[in-house]
Amino acid sequence: MSEAALIGRSGTGRHIAYVLRSNPVTALAAFGTLLLVLVAVFAPALVPYDPVASNVPHALEPPSRTHWAGTDQLGRDILSRIIFATRLDLMIAVSAVSISFAVGAVIGGFCGYRGGRLDRWVGRFVDVLMAFPLFVLAMALVAALGNRVENIVIATAVINLPFYIRFARAEVNVRRNAGWVEAARACGDSHLSVVLRVLLPNVLPAMAVQISLNLGWAILNAAGLSFIGLGVTAPTPEWGIMVAEGARFITTGKWWLVALPGLALMMTVLCFNLLGDGLRDILDPRMRT
Amino acid sequence: MTSPLLQVENLQVAFSTRHGIVTALHGIDIALEGGETLGIVGESGSGKSVTSLAVMRLLDRAGRITGGRVRFEGRDITRAGHADLRRLRGSALSMIFQNPRAALNPIRTVEQQIVDVLAAHGRLSRATARTQALDLLRAVLIRDPEARLLAYPHELSGGMCQRVMIAMAIACEPALLIADEPTTGLDVTTQQTVMELLARIKADRGMAMILITHDLGLAARWCDRIAVMEAGRVVEHGPTEALFEAPAHAYTRRLVAASPTRRSTLADLAPDSPPVVTLPRVHAAGTPPLLELVRVAKSFGGPSRAVDDVSFHIPQGGALGLVGESGSGKSTLSRLICRLLDPDDGDIVFDGESIARVPAREFHHSPRRRDIQIVFQDPNDSLNPRHTAFDSIAYPLRRLERLRDGEVLRTRVREAAGRAGLPMELLERFPHQLSGGQKARVGIARAIAPRPRLLVLDEPTAALDVSVQAVILQLLDRLRREDGIGMLFVSHDLNVVRMLCDDLVVLQAGQVVEAGPSQEVFQRPQAAYTRTLLDAVPYFDPQRRSAFRPAALGH
Repeated sequence: MSEAALIGRSGTGRHIAYVLRSNPVTALAAFGTLLLVLVAVFAPALVPYDPVASNVPHALEPPSRTHWAGTDQLGRDILSRIIFATRLDLMIAVSAVSISFAVGAVIGGFCGYRGGRLDRWVGRFVDVLMAFPLFVLAMALVAALGNRVENIVIATAVINLPFYIRFARAEVNVRRNAGWVEAARACGDSHLSVVLRVLLPNVLPAMAVQISLNLGWAILNAAGLSFIGLGVTAPTPEWGIMVAEGARFITTGKWWLVALPGLALMMTVLCFNLLGDGLRDILDPRMRT
Repeated sequence: MTSPLLQVENLQVAFSTRHGIVTALHGIDIALEGGETLGIVGESGSGKSVTSLAVMRLLDRAGRITGGRVRFEGRDITRAGHADLRRLRGSALSMIFQNPRAALNPIRTVEQQIVDVLAAHGRLSRATARTQALDLLRAVLIRDPEARLLAYPHELSGGMCQRVMIAMAIACEPALLIADEPTTGLDVTTQQTVMELLARIKADRGMAMILITHDLGLAARWCDRIAVMEAGRVVEHGPTEALFEAPAHAYTRRLVAASPTRRSTLADLAPDSPPVVTLPRVHAAGTPPLLELVRVAKSFGGPSRAVDDVSFHIPQGGALGLVGESGSGKSTLSRLICRLLDPDDGDIVFDGESIARVPAREFHHSPRRRDIQIVFQDPNDSLNPRHTAFDSIAYPLRRLERLRDGEVLRTRVREAAGRAGLPMELLERFPHQLSGGQKARVGIARAIAPRPRLLVLDEPTAALDVSVQAVILQLLDRLRREDGIGMLFVSHDLNVVRMLCDDLVVLQAGQVVEAGPSQEVFQRPQAAYTRTLLDAVPYFDPQRRSAFRPAALGH
């Protein structure tokens, strides 16, 4: 560990503290996100009931002291199901966004740096991809690949990819003629390492905002796919399915089947969206004064 | 007794920032009569621009006039309302900004922009406005004014953009024109014509002018009186000759000493630095030159070649100056030599070994990569914003010498920083936390860290204050004499090149027009182009002014 890195790290701690203090909304969003992650990790220890065990005699009970969020049509505890669903939904969102970020940033970075024919071809491909209604494209992919969780991840990653390619391309393109890029080449970097070691890390703060907004979107997308019966299948706890199944009972006044998983979904997406802006401030060294 | 045209009394300005209130001006007193030219000189951060913005009442939201008064034609405008200010700006007070390209609206034609100014201060028919715009372009001596009316800013050169800015500034016959670094960033020959134009317009229209500049040569040549600013205060003011010939304040003396004159040497510019120990040059008779260019050519697909048939050589440990205006191909040439670009034709021989055969994209494998390093023009743009100074300097060591984090790397970085005169406590800072001069030092430390044998310097002092320039030039000279690093110094400023380099190559439109020992070229230039460049250099010389009085331009 170099001394500069050590100094940098303590400075980073102070800086994060500063950003969070001066921006309570970000602090709240960061706290919410942290809570979500903790809930997902410790789900088995937190749940009061087995999320898939049915208990028909107690079906469709409203929220009470024994079942805080009520029970569904098979008597399963809704709170336990919401908690367990956090795991699956976060996992889908995080892995889908990671894949599209990693692939998109590299492709976009190279296109932005090299320009020319490669850039034009990739650009047109992205345009074609974006011309599809994206949710329909995701549906088609899941339908074609098979009704499995990993296929939801792949479909969500594919429909997010064009945004990352475009974003990375634009951000790299404006920086490619900067003096420090040429300086890196004089310091012995190949074109490849200029993109990977020098340009992409500089693009990261701007992309962090995109990533955070995208996490929320990816969760909505996964829930949407499950809602229409693609992807995650019935007994598995997942917010989208829970809303889909609960929708049948909403006309008879059993609101808790839909409202509570829906609320969890909404709060999660909100957290990620609010976190985006704060992340940019934290990651950009120029904001540290 | 009539009151002066502009009177600034005890003007104080403060900015509110993340770290509380910062006072930028601590009580400025300036007075200016009609028709007079006042020069405000000082280094970056001294408050020159803040003063002009405060006078124009153009401070941004964070800035506030906290005390004092600005009287214009006897009226206090410190607290004038927006409507009054709009009437004053343009028609009575006008301003030219530093970067003309950024100050013009890129999506409107020259005609539209001039007409906008005219229309803001009076009702005009389209036809009259157009005729007036044309007259203004004629007044600023633009070639082919009819065609320029329809041009967009990107179709004009930097000098022409500045002429358009001047045309807009004088459109409504202001009584006072504030020119904030009007020639910074322009070529020396263009600087000369822009300043001559300003002086002429000023004399013709009887305007007063405030010239804000960091260049004492420019101020000495064009101003009647000078105010020297340091850290938000006017430390000295008076008539130009008297002030520059016998500067009273220590800061003025330091500025005057750092400004290169025709005869100054590097030792004159920064007198308090330790003497340079010149190592005896070890020259075996048969050693090949450090660098030799043989008929190098490069084109970017345009009608003319960027670099056309250029040959020269640098001896071991020698220093060669490469001089030319923007577009002369000097930057392309320096990138060819650093092997960041491939030449179309010709050969580049480094220490007897042809290095042009290795393509630029493979050159990072070459053992010669660390022997040739480059220092870039703009220190603000040459450091990776995510790297601390330490990481920037360590970067070539990590990449070229595969050094791991540890004692060896730390020692090497400290050594390079020390050679470049960078204080060790700055190593942990990010580029945006460093001043321009400090960033320049980081750039130099990074270039010398892998112990290169040839340093290519691409206008390393163009963006720096004179006093910083003096120190950096001296540092480079020391590196050359004590460490025996060969240097290629690329610049548009002949006078600076003369002090640092033994030999000179003058480049015009990609071709060598003159080459020879610096002193000789400087004193007896052969090519007409070299003479033009030499005449335009705004070197500092208080006595030279009288011959160039604006009055001499035809009254």
